[in-house]
Amino acid sequence: MDELSALFHGFAVVLSPLNLGLMVVGIVLGVLIGVLPGLGGANGVAILLPLTFSMSPTSAIIMLSCIYWGALFGGAITSILFNIPGEPWSVATTFDGYPMAQNGQAGKALSAAFTSSFVGAFLAVVMITFLAPLVAKFALKFGPPEFFAVYLLTFCSFVGMGKGSAFKILASMTIGFGLAAVGMDTVTGQLRLTFGLPDLMRGFDFLIAVIGLFGIGEILLSMEEGLKFSGKSAKLNPRVVIDTWKELPRYWVTSLRSAAVGIWMGITPGGATPASFMSYGLAKKMSRDGAKFGTGQVEGVVAPETAAHAAGTSALLPMLALGIPGSPTAAVLLGGLLIWGLQPGPLLFVEQKDFVWGLIASMYLGNIAGLLIVLTTVPLFAAILRVPFSIIAPVIIVICAIGAYTVHNAMLDVWFMLGFGVIGYVFKKLDYPLAPLVLALVLGDKAEDSFRQAMLVSQGDLSIMWSNPLVGSITGLALLLLLWPLLSKAWAKVRRPKRVEFSQEQPVD
Amino acid sequence: MAHEHSEGGASRGISLHSVEVVVALLVFALGLTILIGSWKLGSNWTSDGPGPGYFPFYISLIMCISGAGVAIQALRKRSDGIFADGQQLKQVMIVLLPAAVYVLAVQLVGIYVASAIYIALFMTLLGKYSPVKSTLAALVIMVLFFLLFEVWFKVPLYKGTFNMLQFTGY
Repeated sequence: MDELSALFHGFAVVLSPLNLGLMVVGIVLGVLIGVLPGLGGANGVAILLPLTFSMSPTSAIIMLSCIYWGALFGGAITSILFNIPGEPWSVATTFDGYPMAQNGQAGKALSAAFTSSFVGAFLAVVMITFLAPLVAKFALKFGPPEFFAVYLLTFCSFVGMGKGSAFKILASMTIGFGLAAVGMDTVTGQLRLTFGLPDLMRGFDFLIAVIGLFGIGEILLSMEEGLKFSGKSAKLNPRVVIDTWKELPRYWVTSLRSAAVGIWMGITPGGATPASFMSYGLAKKMSRDGAKFGTGQVEGVVAPETAAHAAGTSALLPMLALGIPGSPTAAVLLGGLLIWGLQPGPLLFVEQKDFVWGLIASMYLGNIAGLLIVLTTVPLFAAILRVPFSIIAPVIIVICAIGAYTVHNAMLDVWFMLGFGVIGYVFKKLDYPLAPLVLALVLGDKAEDSFRQAMLVSQGDLSIMWSNPLVGSITGLALLLLLWPLLSKAWAKVRRPKRVEFSQEQPVD
Repeated sequence: MAHEHSEGGASRGISLHSVEVVVALLVFALGLTILIGSWKLGSNWTSDGPGPGYFPFYISLIMCISGAGVAIQALRKRSDGIFADGQQLKQVMIVLLPAAVYVLAVQLVGIYVASAIYIALFMTLLGKYSPVKSTLAALVIMVLFFLLFEVWFKVPLYKGTFNMLQFTGY
């Protein structure tokens, strides 16, 4: 039980007054971010990242990850009370949460949402505690080809598991890689793709992209609606909470299933949003009251919230153990690690024990603190939502500008942020996914490095990607996922009779 | 990366179809730019391994293919919806254009002063608040930010080409 003793050591690290204080500050800021339109987990953490530069890495990651938990909790408040999902992953929560609020059961819906968020996160953290060290130990044996294969798997799974046009996913991903390539080449030191502009030497920082794409883009999108908030007010008295808690154990099957879906989707870069939709769909299919879903069923709130929080939490596993983030927010946290001078990846578990286990311990405590804080402060945050949009919108734009500036103390970045905002707006309207762009921008350099190192080892022979069973199976799986849209189309054709046989006879070259 | 022009002029709104095609072509053009750029850098195998343009070259190749793919998909199956109607575009421009002016102002007078003016004007002109209320709110918000960044967290923000806050000593 090495993990348990390490975990207790982690608790010892976290339980200092400063760290506990930062935890509470983080949660409150996080809920605020989750509630406000235009600020979400990823860009909220990105904007607040510079505030942590002067802290110790452990304190910094505690605060930032707590912001993330807070944002996950906060998204539910707006979905249930205002029918406006504060975060994409809480869209599915509106299906049953808002009808419940309309029936006068807002308190019940909120307690159910927060509690199941907590359950989802808790199960995911338990999983991280025991699985992450194993994955890291395993990954210590990885060489460049293995790492590139894992990167390949990450990106191919976007194509394989994403919805909509595979071309759009690829386009968004390659734009990320393309932008990542701008600037100094890490291997030869040569300037690349700067087109003679000295300002481009620094390249495009993904934090700027995150702030622009998600922050400004979201504001532009909400402006289009000319947002008018008309929400239900909420009071959470202890009796409602206790009554809901008594009812929740009835849905334990749904909770466990949703947590499993969430954990799986979080580790693979499926992300919290598809996880929440998927588990809502599953719950609807499998529940006895499935037909009543959408009219205000508690189970319909439990399923997406558990899954979203489980996915959001377990997205940190590949980030910690492999240095490959499972979601944009995890990517921002990874960027933080680099800034604080830590090298993410399997070695982290060997060299930075305090940091890793402090973070894992803070996940347990942060979620407990988060649950208590949101249960007690809901009326406060609901009141913030009543502040008119004409005050909130300029303040959020100002916050985004400050966040973009502080990354490198460069004004040009603020302009880039505005540009990314327009791209984010257009891409969202056209259903280009943004997560692949962000992850490719973060991982571009590292993926390229491992690719080039692998190619150097093999002298340009691509067969190194199949040189041993491990790398071969990862590469194979990646290619399978990449071709999945084509395969499933072909499968659908095969199953449809007559016309298919013709197309099968055609020679495939 | 100028996608701005895809939202130009039209008063009755623009069709989803045309924006879809334009953006796909822009993706293709970006891919082509990187393709040429990395070709020039040397996308071949050099004496000491893959050249600096090796990886971006293949990335941009995929970008071109996917841009073309989206364009072909859009042309083959015409989507009828509209991207945004005139009213929506107006709303978006009402935020976007002042935001651009705001960033320009930040360049000149720094984040604090520009932001205070921006928030006050936004509230008065778009939110229909009284000028006094707006100015007060803007001042309170920016003083809070000043304390947060300069005093508590010691993160200096941009004060602009013409620094009007020199008297504070930060």
